[in-house]
Amino acid sequence: MDSSDVKVLGAWPSPFVMRPRIALNIKSVTYEFLQEGLGSKSELLLQSNPVHKKIPVLIHAQKPICESLIIVQYIDEVWSSGPTLLPSDPYDRAVARFWAAYVDDKWFPCLRGIAKAQGKETREEAIEQVKEGLVLLEGAFEKCSKGKGYFGGEKIGYLDIAVGSFLGWIRATEKMNGVKLLDEAKTPGLVGWAERFCANSAVKEVMPETEKLAEFAKILQAKFKAPPPN
Amino acid sequence: MANEEVKLFRTWSSPFGLRIVWALKLKGIEYETVLEDLSNKSHLLLQYNPIHKKIPVLLHNGKPIVESLVILEYIDNTWEQIPILPQDPYERARARFLAKFGDEKLLSSIWSVFVKQGKEQEEAIGSAWENLKILEEELKGKKFFGGDTIGFVDIALGWTVNLIGILEEIIELKIVDEEKFPLLCAWMQDFADVSIIKDNWPPHDKMIAKFLAIREPYLAGSK
Repeated sequence: MDSSDVKVLGAWPSPFVMRPRIALNIKSVTYEFLQEGLGSKSELLLQSNPVHKKIPVLIHAQKPICESLIIVQYIDEVWSSGPTLLPSDPYDRAVARFWAAYVDDKWFPCLRGIAKAQGKETREEAIEQVKEGLVLLEGAFEKCSKGKGYFGGEKIGYLDIAVGSFLGWIRATEKMNGVKLLDEAKTPGLVGWAERFCANSAVKEVMPETEKLAEFAKILQAKFKAPPPN
Repeated sequence: MANEEVKLFRTWSSPFGLRIVWALKLKGIEYETVLEDLSNKSHLLLQYNPIHKKIPVLLHNGKPIVESLVILEYIDNTWEQIPILPQDPYERARARFLAKFGDEKLLSSIWSVFVKQGKEQEEAIGSAWENLKILEEELKGKKFFGGDTIGFVDIALGWTVNLIGILEEIIELKIVDEEKFPLLCAWMQDFADVSIIKDNWPPHDKMIAKFLAIREPYLAGSK
């Protein structure tokens, strides 16, 4: 496979962009990382993803693939000789897909809700919802890992990538709000898994530092709080 | 494969439940239907889908699978005859993309046309048309989204064939008109003619009554 023909359009803070990068790293596929500037969308992005105009986009042999989880599945299917990302058993696969969808559709909006919260009470509610979601994910981890270190079992898989890509933002949120979202008491499995995941060679270089994310979050918040131009 | 106990929990009207019916029938899989009343959810439904408490739920040999698009993939992985998803990875990615697009962007724009009035409705129609254009483009040179026979995208977008007509009838407005969307209209006809599809539509009058009732509060809300 000609991997010089692989590009990822994205931005370093985005958890969604991390997903295809981790997947490509696991498959030992080299790629070019083209970064979008904050607040602007390149011609290439608008051409490659005219429907949503969002990152990440994977461009492989000039063909665009959009939506982070769809990209990860594509990567798994194209570079099939590398370590597999999705479980081989259909039921385990369905469970992994279910939890990945849950994280994106139900849990992530709560995490984002913490940053968007206008008052103390709303923020605390959002924090509670995030914690409740993590307790559900702890249950999922116990079920999927089957006693091993990752959602995927012995090695990182699809669901590890889906959930783990949020760890940078989880840690940044903890720091900025002075709370513990992942804790030893309620989510011990996830605490251990988070360490393992972030230390993994496929993840380390693409996981943004907590400090940098916190700074970036401040810039974003200032942008949102500024009065809109007339 | 011994002991193939397959049960589908769904409602009489849900298009998401219907997609599973189509997939199971397409593959010739025997199954039992459990019709749910969402205002009074069964004990089993809550047990099998504790997080979302929704239908459809597919139960296969005692194991529940939830979320309709996840169920479709599960069915394709488990019963390999008559594949629903394309073989080529790029085509598969495109199929998954379109299914998600249908469920999210397209559905919400069609719904906006249904529940809004006046200027807001006009704007919603503009958005709906933009989204429908994407499907129109996708159908160039093809009878079905899956090619010569129906596949994943046809099944995933099948809700448009029944539901949009019902909504159009209620609001007395054509959203998918033949002039703008000739290929899509042809597809809707061809899809509806497929035997496993046409035998399974929910009753027309019941659907009209249901969606009239759903629209009520939105009408009352406007001056």
